[in-house]
Amino acid sequence: MAEFTLPAHSKITSGDHYPASDAASNVRVFQIYRWSPDDDDNPRVDRFEVDLDDCGPMVLDALIKIKSEQDSSLTFRRSCREGICGSCSMNIDGTNTLACLKSIEDVTGDVKIFPLPHMPVVKDLVPDLSNAYRQLASIEPWLKTDTDAPDGEERLQSPAEREKLDGLWECVLCFSCSTACPSYWWNSDEYLGPAVLLQAYRWVADSRDDHTAERLDVLDDSFALYRCHTIMNCAKTCPKGLNPGKAIASIKSEIASR
Amino acid sequence: MTRQRPLSPHLQVYRPQLTSMMSIIHRATGVALTTGTLVLAAWLVAVAIGGETYKMVAMAVAHPLGQFVLFGYSAALIYHALNGIRHLTWDLGFGLTIPEVYRSGHIVLFLTFLLTACLWLAILA
Repeated sequence: MAEFTLPAHSKITSGDHYPASDAASNVRVFQIYRWSPDDDDNPRVDRFEVDLDDCGPMVLDALIKIKSEQDSSLTFRRSCREGICGSCSMNIDGTNTLACLKSIEDVTGDVKIFPLPHMPVVKDLVPDLSNAYRQLASIEPWLKTDTDAPDGEERLQSPAEREKLDGLWECVLCFSCSTACPSYWWNSDEYLGPAVLLQAYRWVADSRDDHTAERLDVLDDSFALYRCHTIMNCAKTCPKGLNPGKAIASIKSEIASR
Repeated sequence: MTRQRPLSPHLQVYRPQLTSMMSIIHRATGVALTTGTLVLAAWLVAVAIGGETYKMVAMAVAHPLGQFVLFGYSAALIYHALNGIRHLTWDLGFGLTIPEVYRSGHIVLFLTFLLTACLWLAILA
């Protein structure tokens, strides 16, 4: 049964305030979720004042600035800073996105930053993605064939066959969509979630894969697939502009029409 | 030993979207209609029994509170039917891009208001 409130040890308390220097001219407040496994405190929300005249344009720039200048213990994942690695996914201003692609200018008022929703927290903005990765592994996201590739050649696709993978291969596995999905919030133990189902469809749609029927057999499950109720928060939030909801609809349609 | 990890906030922080709000309203109107069907069944039973029993139910329906419940039931029925059509088109694979989802959502909301208003203007006229 879905639990709509946070458990007692997850309830958020108010946190510390970090003022900007007196010389700061263009101050914005960043409210950031904090939790550390090293003490016994509940999660809290710290308030950091950041001088935007001395900061890059993206939310990730502000996080890095806060970490280097105000609190070096602030913990978050980041790597490429250009939306290709999928590391810095978090909940910013109420929706999930990549901090490196989210412009500070696009947020009105305080910039509120939380970890990806309804996930166990490792520290601060770092969620534990073990379950999501286990689910990804379960759909066997690799090419499965029964025949050898033509001698000395790669497996060829027609342009039309290749086109079917567009909108699927671009996924960077940031899990913004899965953690934006209320169905995934309440059923992540069994429901695979939009990110993993989009990956599943990527292999169902691949003309070179010989195990389509077997893949569909595994997906044809009232929880793994059909907990998707076409809410569409997934497509709404995807920082890469992909459409997991449409991919899931395609899986349902493939199963229904075989 | 590490402490039990907290659960990150979800409903508490996620911005309400047309997508999720219309979905939860679809669920809520579905539940309301199921309950409403019991009321409809009670009314039919009362019609079958007739006499004093029917008079009692008719009075309840005519009461402002009864009228309000009927108004809610009709609005829920109209929304659920229209949004149901939206879901059927999605299941057929159409209208799944975000701009289309928003356009069809706005149409469903507008038609729900329009048809509910027309229905009650006709009833009260």
